[in-house]
Amino acid sequence: MGRKILFITTDQQRYDALGCNGGVVARTPVIDGLAANGIMFDRAHPQNVVCMPSRSTMLTGQHVSTHGVWMNGVPLSSDAPSIATDLRRAGYRTALIGKAHFEPFIDPFLRFAENRIGSAGLETEMVIGEDGLPAPHRGFEHFALATHGGFGPFHYARWLREKNPEAAAMFFQVLDQQLQVNAGGGGDTNAPQVKHNDMPRELYHTEWVADQTINWLSSLPADADWFCWMSFPDPHHPWDPPKSEIGRVNWRDLDLPDGYIADATERERVLDAKPRHWRMWYEGTFISNYEAPAKWVPKTLTADNVREVNAMAHIENELIDEAIGRVLASVASRGWGDDVDVLYTTDHGELQGDYGLLFKGPYHTDSLMRLPLLWRPAASAKVAPARVSAPVGLVSLAATFASIAGLARPDYTESERLPVNDGEARGLGHERVLTEWDSVLFGKIVHARTICRDGWVCTAMLPGTVHDGTEGELYDLASDPLQHNNLWNSSQHAAQRDALLDDMWSSLPTRVLPLRPCDAPV
Amino acid sequence: MGSVRRHIHINRDPDTVWALVGDLARQHEWFPFSSSRLEGTKRWMTTPSGITFEEDIVTHDHALRRFQYRIVGNPGITAHLGTCDVIDDGHGGSTVVYSTDMEPEALAIVVAGAAGEGLNKLKQMMESA
Repeated sequence: MGRKILFITTDQQRYDALGCNGGVVARTPVIDGLAANGIMFDRAHPQNVVCMPSRSTMLTGQHVSTHGVWMNGVPLSSDAPSIATDLRRAGYRTALIGKAHFEPFIDPFLRFAENRIGSAGLETEMVIGEDGLPAPHRGFEHFALATHGGFGPFHYARWLREKNPEAAAMFFQVLDQQLQVNAGGGGDTNAPQVKHNDMPRELYHTEWVADQTINWLSSLPADADWFCWMSFPDPHHPWDPPKSEIGRVNWRDLDLPDGYIADATERERVLDAKPRHWRMWYEGTFISNYEAPAKWVPKTLTADNVREVNAMAHIENELIDEAIGRVLASVASRGWGDDVDVLYTTDHGELQGDYGLLFKGPYHTDSLMRLPLLWRPAASAKVAPARVSAPVGLVSLAATFASIAGLARPDYTESERLPVNDGEARGLGHERVLTEWDSVLFGKIVHARTICRDGWVCTAMLPGTVHDGTEGELYDLASDPLQHNNLWNSSQHAAQRDALLDDMWSSLPTRVLPLRPCDAPV
Repeated sequence: MGSVRRHIHINRDPDTVWALVGDLARQHEWFPFSSSRLEGTKRWMTTPSGITFEEDIVTHDHALRRFQYRIVGNPGITAHLGTCDVIDDGHGGSTVVYSTDMEPEALAIVVAGAAGEGLNKLKQMMESA
């Protein structure tokens, strides 16, 4: 019997969401407890700041240029490598419960396995592997799929319709009639994508994901090794937790987040010092990507909107923490408590009011890039708790899972496993972390490449619709933790910038061409 | 308006390719629909998820090897024109081009994805025949 792996992800969660990372609003004692007994990563970045590319990196251990999911809507190749496949071949039982999103959601033609599996209520779909033998889709023998609401083909939506046919409509409608991200608002302040949701807590997807995880783990024999990816759809918008929970955090009592610049003149000065797409989005004149409402102008965001969105996110984070507590209690009740590695992270962050913005896009600052990441090794592994300051990426997860299972690092992975302390980080080569952005939306083209190392974040905006290739961002994280002071054009920092860029270009993998086509907006 | 296009080269002469592509009741054989029904200039195409699109065939030109259609009667689709051309490459092969102009524009991307898959299957069918 080996070490079992509980891999917990949330969706669109900020580093500062958790108490263990300095968060002071949401109570997250369960996650904080894991952190206290594990390895905390202070500088973990995704390799892309939207869902599909980032999740594909987690599964494949590859950068975006290699796995090819260069923006949302580009499906991960059905024959892409998967760490779940390796673990299953090694004898692990494998499940993905909650949000997968390696393949597009909007799929009336049912071209993609996740949608076929969900719509038919299957556990998985068998495909012929490289060895000519049938194997489950992406290595997962059990899928129980969910997303941010109650519509669509996934297992959660089907379950919800059976429980209460009216319930799906209780969620905020994520997409509008034009299938754009809904610019409408609600709650007390008419904040974008906020709704007071009449749904009983027991029907909410956070509870369902935890229940499904407990059910699947309960089905396994005591001596099984298992890899369970428990993937919560929250706190991604819409921000519509059950109304019964809204009293947990009163938005009126919240301080504005540090990243929100209350003075509009100062806010716009900060935006103007960044590459031009920042201010253009703020003004609503350049909507470069599908992930933010096309009809919403960030400049209209009010301080109370920011407070209410933050309150809702904090509430959702508390619900996640409690759901994880239920799952861990169930794991302990099976006698597995000392043999389970728990890894917790998210796919990308959320602007959540920083710079007067919400949602996400080609904005490579800590709001979207600095992620919560912790690894609580199995007690039986006797790994000392630590905080790691070295930069690491989600690209290291696949190799980490392999290492926990006692497997060699898979050839297809592009990074060493996560380190257990800073000393090991140096030995494993964790000097830098890279993030890529590419988007093409009806002629609006944005490309960005970012490196973080030695306390600096440097982003090059490549030529696109509004960029000529000369713009970028350079921040000193120690003196400018909110990234308000762009040093890209500072002659005093030119050598620093150029050294970072040289290192970035020599470290990025060669892009696999031709680019895979984008087959859906998301 | 969302405007998208996919194309593919097929190592078969255009008349052979058009014999299938131009048979509008058979599009489900190569495009990821589950069934097609054609009555005069009306067509109904059903997806594997059970959605049926009602269409008006607006062009069916054997000389040009082109068909065009509009999705109608669907309140969620406010504008649509789909175009499929089979073009002689001058060397015994064909290029098939599938274009869609559509509102909502987001759905055009989905149709483009389906067209890409359909064209790949069409190539496979043609070149293995």
